[in-house]
Order: sequence, then structure tokens, then C-alpha cells
Amino acid sequence: MPEIKWYIFLAVALFCIGVVGALTRRNSIIVFLCIELMLNSVNLLLVAFSKMHMTGKLGNALSAMDAQIFVFFIMIVAAAEVSVGLAIIVMMYRNTKSIDINFLNRLKN
Amino acid sequence: MNMIDKIYWIPLLPLLGFLINGLGRNFLSKTVTAIIGSGVLLLSFALSIFVFINVSKEGFVPEHISYFSFINISNLVVPFEFQVDQLTAVFLLIITGVGFLIHLYSTSYMHEEESNSYARYFSYLNLFVFSMLLLVMGGNYVIMFMGWEGVGLCSYLLIGFWFKNNDYNNAAKKAFIMNRIGDLGFILGIFWLIHAFGTTSYNNLFDPLSGIHSTITAKGTTVLTGISLLLFIGAMGKSAQIPLYTWLPDAMAGPTPVSALIHAATMVTAGIYMIARSNTIYTLAPFTMSFVAIIGLATAVFAAVIALRQNDIKKVLAYSTVSQLGYMFLGLGVGAYSAAVFHVMTHAFFKALLFLAAGSVIHALGGEQDIRKMGGLGKKMKITYTTFFIACLAIAGIPPFSGFFSKDEILSAAYASSPVLYIIGIAGALLTAFYMFRLLSMTFAGKFRGTDEQLHHVHESPAAITFALICLAILSAIGGLVGIPEIFAKNADRLGDFLAPVFADSDKILATNPVPHQTEMMLMGVSSVIIIAVCIWAWNKFKKYDGTEKEQGAFAKAMANKFYVDEIYDAIIVKPLKVLSAILDNVIEKSGIDALVNGVGRAVNYTGRQIRLLQSGYVGNYILLMVVGLLLFLIIQLFSK
Repeated sequence: MPEIKWYIFLAVALFCIGVVGALTRRNSIIVFLCIELMLNSVNLLLVAFSKMHMTGKLGNALSAMDAQIFVFFIMIVAAAEVSVGLAIIVMMYRNTKSIDINFLNRLKN
Repeated sequence: MNMIDKIYWIPLLPLLGFLINGLGRNFLSKTVTAIIGSGVLLLSFALSIFVFINVSKEGFVPEHISYFSFINISNLVVPFEFQVDQLTAVFLLIITGVGFLIHLYSTSYMHEEESNSYARYFSYLNLFVFSMLLLVMGGNYVIMFMGWEGVGLCSYLLIGFWFKNNDYNNAAKKAFIMNRIGDLGFILGIFWLIHAFGTTSYNNLFDPLSGIHSTITAKGTTVLTGISLLLFIGAMGKSAQIPLYTWLPDAMAGPTPVSALIHAATMVTAGIYMIARSNTIYTLAPFTMSFVAIIGLATAVFAAVIALRQNDIKKVLAYSTVSQLGYMFLGLGVGAYSAAVFHVMTHAFFKALLFLAAGSVIHALGGEQDIRKMGGLGKKMKITYTTFFIACLAIAGIPPFSGFFSKDEILSAAYASSPVLYIIGIAGALLTAFYMFRLLSMTFAGKFRGTDEQLHHVHESPAAITFALICLAILSAIGGLVGIPEIFAKNADRLGDFLAPVFADSDKILATNPVPHQTEMMLMGVSSVIIIAVCIWAWNKFKKYDGTEKEQGAFAKAMANKFYVDEIYDAIIVKPLKVLSAILDNVIEKSGIDALVNGVGRAVNYTGRQIRLLQSGYVGNYILLMVVGLLLFLIIQLFSK
């Protein structure tokens, strides 16, 4: 296994891409993708650290497994989120004929 | 049967009357109201007579009846208790007896009122009697204070009884506020008493073995002087002494029977009762004693001078009341406590009578109170005239009417203290004789100066009124016989002997040097002759009065305008207070408190408007803020270690 730092660099890079994308893009599907990207970067980090600690005593290895279980949870939640989020985007498109998120500022003022 | 166990019925009955009449004012008929209102007083009077008989028995010791614990805070225990002794018994008789007659009189006098305000009137009157009874029966200063405030409240309510007239409301407010000034002194006195002795009960304070007298033997200690002065301030307010007397003449705005009951016979004598009750404290504070005497005498003469020039029949009587109260305080101040109580009693008779007779006149003339528009009523209203005449003789102090004995007792005590007091006192008595006979003459003698229509309507008042007048006239005529001084008959001063146990401690402390009998006889004779001469002079002088106004000198004008005391008070107290409150209103209120409150509001508004700009409505901005926030947390987390 390569050094842990490469995993961290990759995860941070993915996360930053996700943040910048979510902040700058107006297309809501892209924003959505960016959010997924951020989630997956975190997943990557969790798996990497889990693998890193998977040595030595049995107790230690078992607790390191927790992180991988946690990743599954995140994936499940992300899947649920995707279904809701995509439904919102579909509804938004039906109502506004657009998926520009800056269009959703009617609650302002 | 020992009535003392059932004594709580005496104040309870008027309270019941108050509740019934007050709550049922909208559906009780006038007859029922009148029967309840005066009936409860009659019952109380009957009970008071029983109490009096019990008290006057041989070997009676003052009774203290404690009902329940009223205030109980750590060391301070104030029970709700009554004390029954000779002083209480005398006051009970005066209050319920004169009170009953005045209730009876009111049933006729107020008959033109609507039935609910008629009931309101009687309920107030009953409440007043209840409070007054509480005041004289209470076994400690706190209960007395409750009654004291109660009578003040009823006085306010009854002065402003005709509340649609704003002048009357103002008079009521004036009375209430003036009394409040005095009450402040009174309550501070009670606090000091609690602080110094830890109790307010009379039986603890005035116990001959363990009371004040046994712990403080020196005269003129700061504690007792302070307490007695503060209590006296209360008495000044309630009993209308200089400088707090101006409310009493204005209090004449109330119905006339109210003036008779509250502002002549009973409530205003509460101050005298209080000092007589606290006689031990006062006797041990010689400075206060002389202060009381001087204030009393000054008030007696000052009010009498003002009364000389008043033209409103009730105002004359009001100033006369102030003046007579001054005499009572003179008596208290020179240590003649029983004489002062004696004068309270006779004054209750003749002043109530004067007011009721004046009410009868006012009633007959359809509300006219100006004596310049009266005259010649003696022929039309024989009973009123005769009774008024008897009352005048009594108040002027002509022997053998009641006022003579009581006033003489006070004045001879004043002579024993200092001849100067006596001479000024006699001068006041001459003024009294003059203004009373001026009033009598202008009202009943000469020829009628009102309108023909009024003259046509003049009639003698109905039986309920004349009955009360006659009863009081008899009492005014012979009431003095219970206190005949020793120079006329041995052991005839029955009232003095009766009250002696109450004042026993004080009499022991006060070194009295009795006036030689020849001197007293001579003084009495000379003063009586002069007074009679003044009466005849005043009678003849004003019999010829025909309504013409003479040019008045500056002094006479000042007298007619009550020496501008109200105006002076207005200028030196009321106006500065108003200016001060205007300043507080405009400066402190507007630019201080208002500015602070509005400033807070404006600041919140402004910051809200600025912060609102963060809510741009763009999702990107929100996410940015979120990220920035998370980063901040991260940085704080990193650097806080």
C-alpha cells in the first residue's frame, strides 16, 4: 500500500474540487455532483485510514473496521439524498423550466 | 352576661351593614337601606352601652382580647387584638351614639338621591363607622393604623360623594393627600416604636410594671421625643392642625351629615384619641408636649380668626371645628388628657348638632349655603333655630352648657401650665363666641335676604331630622354635667374620675400644681361675662345686616380669603412640584428614558437591516458562508490547542 499521504492528497483534492464546484456553478445538477464528490472524498479518506490501521492486534483491527461500515452508511444516505435531490431538481425544472439554482431566490425579502 | 366577650360585634355590625348595602345597592329599596344602615348602628350603640356598663363597674381592669396572629415575622408579632378600657368605652359611646343620630338624620336628608346612590351613601357611612370603631378598639398601633387609613378612605369617598362635580373631587383628593402626609409620619412613628420596643401592643407598651415607663424613666429621651413627634404629625394630618389643616374646610364639599359625622364629631378627633392613648409616651417627652400645646393654640386662634369672615355656613363651622380641635390639642399639650377627651365628647355633641342644623337650613333653602342670603329663618324653623341656638351657647362656652365645662377644664389646665397660654386661649374663645353668634344672627335673625321663591319654600325639616337635632341639643345642653369641676361640687367630675385609670401613669409623672380655687373662680367668672357680652354684641351687630357690602380693609380681606394659605401652599409646594415634574417629564423622561428605549429599538432595527443583506437568496452564497464557517471552526480547532 502506498504511503497514506497520497490518499490524503487525493481526498483533499477531490473535496476542494467539490467545494469550488458547489460554490461557483449555477447548474444544479453540477452542484449536486460536486456535493457527491465531497462525500466520496470523505469516504475515500475513511477507507484509507481504516486500511492503515488494519494491523497488529485483533481488537485494533476490529475497531478499524468501523470506518468501513461507516462508509456504507454514508453511501446509503447519499443514495437517499440523490433520490430526493434529483426529485427536487425535476420538480424545479417543471416549474421554472430551468435548473439554475440562482433562480430559486423567491424567499428573498 | 359579660359583654366584653362579644365585643367584636360592635365593629362587625357596621361592616355587615356596609356589605349588605354596598352589594345590594341596585336592588334594595330606600326604606330597606335606611333600616339596615341605621339599624346596625343602633345595635352597635346598644352593645356599646352594655360595654360601658361593664367597664364602669367597680374593679374593672382593661381587657385585651387577642383574636388571631395578624403579622408574625421573626421577632415581630402583631396580633389582631382589641383593647377595652375606659377611653375606648367613652369613644364607643360617642361614635355609635352620635353616629346613629346622624344615620337617622341622613335617612331623611339624603332622600332625594337615587336609590343606588342612597345605598352607596349608607354603605360608605357604615364602612366609616366600622373603621372608626377599629381605630378606637384596636389593641395595638397597627390595628389603630388600619382604622386610621380606613376612616381616611371613607372620608375621601364621602367628600367626593357627588363625584360629578369636579371641585368636589379635587376637595376629596386634597383631603386624601393631606392625610397621607400625616400618615407617613404616623407610620414612621410606628416603625420607630417597633424598632425601639419590639411591640406595638398597648398592654405591653403601657404596662405599669414592664412597659415604657419602667424601662425609660428619664424625661425627654431622643427615642420618645422622636416617636411622639412622628405620631403627632399623623395627628396633625388627621385632626387638621397647622400646617395640615387646609383640607378640612374644603372637605365641606361632602353631604352635610358627612361633615357632621366625619369632619366634626369623630374622624378628626382620631388624633386626640391617639395622643390620649399614647399619653405615657407624650408625658415622657416634654418637648413634644409643648410643641403640641403651641400648635394646638396657634390653630385654635388662627382658625377662629379666619372663621370671623367666612360667609359659607359650612365653612364657618369647618373653621370652628379646626379651632376647637386646636383647643383639644392645647389640652393634650398641657397634660390635661381627660379634659381633652371631655372636649372631644362635648364637641361631638354640639358640633354635630351645628352641622345637622346647618344641613336642615341648607335643605330648607334648597342648597343655599351663603349666610348673606339667609336671615330671618328663626320664625319659620323653630326647632332648627332653637337647637342651633343651644349649640351656639355650648360652643361659645356659656355656663351651664356643655362646652363651658370642657373648655374651662382645658383652659384652667393651660393656666396651670402658663398664664400666657390661658390668655391666648381666652382670646380664641372670644373669637369663637363672636363668629358663632354672627353666624346665628345672620342665619336666623333679621329679615330674609334670599329670593321670594326660596322664602316660600322654607319649612321645618321632617321628623327624622328634628329628632336627631333635639337629641343632640339635649346632649349639648346637659352633656357637660358629667365633668363639673371641683370648685362647684366635690367629686362631680365623673368623666375625669372614670378616665383616671387610663392616664394614671401620666398623672404620676406630671407634677401638677392646681390653680387656687379663688383664682379659677375669678377667671371663670370674668371670662364668662366677657363671652356673654361678646355674644350679645355680635348678635346685635349682625341682626341689622342687610346684605350691603362694606369697603373691606386689607386685613379683613386677607381674613376673608383665609390668609391666602391655600395660595401660599400652592406657590411654595404645589407649583415647585409641578415645575419639577415638568422638568422630569421633559428632560429625564423624554431625553433620558425615552431616548434609551427608542435607542435600543433603533439599534436593533439598524443591525437587522444590515445583517439582512447576508440573506442574498443565492444558494452559492449560503454554501460559501457554510464553508467559511466550517473553515473557521477548523482553524479555531487547530490553533486553540
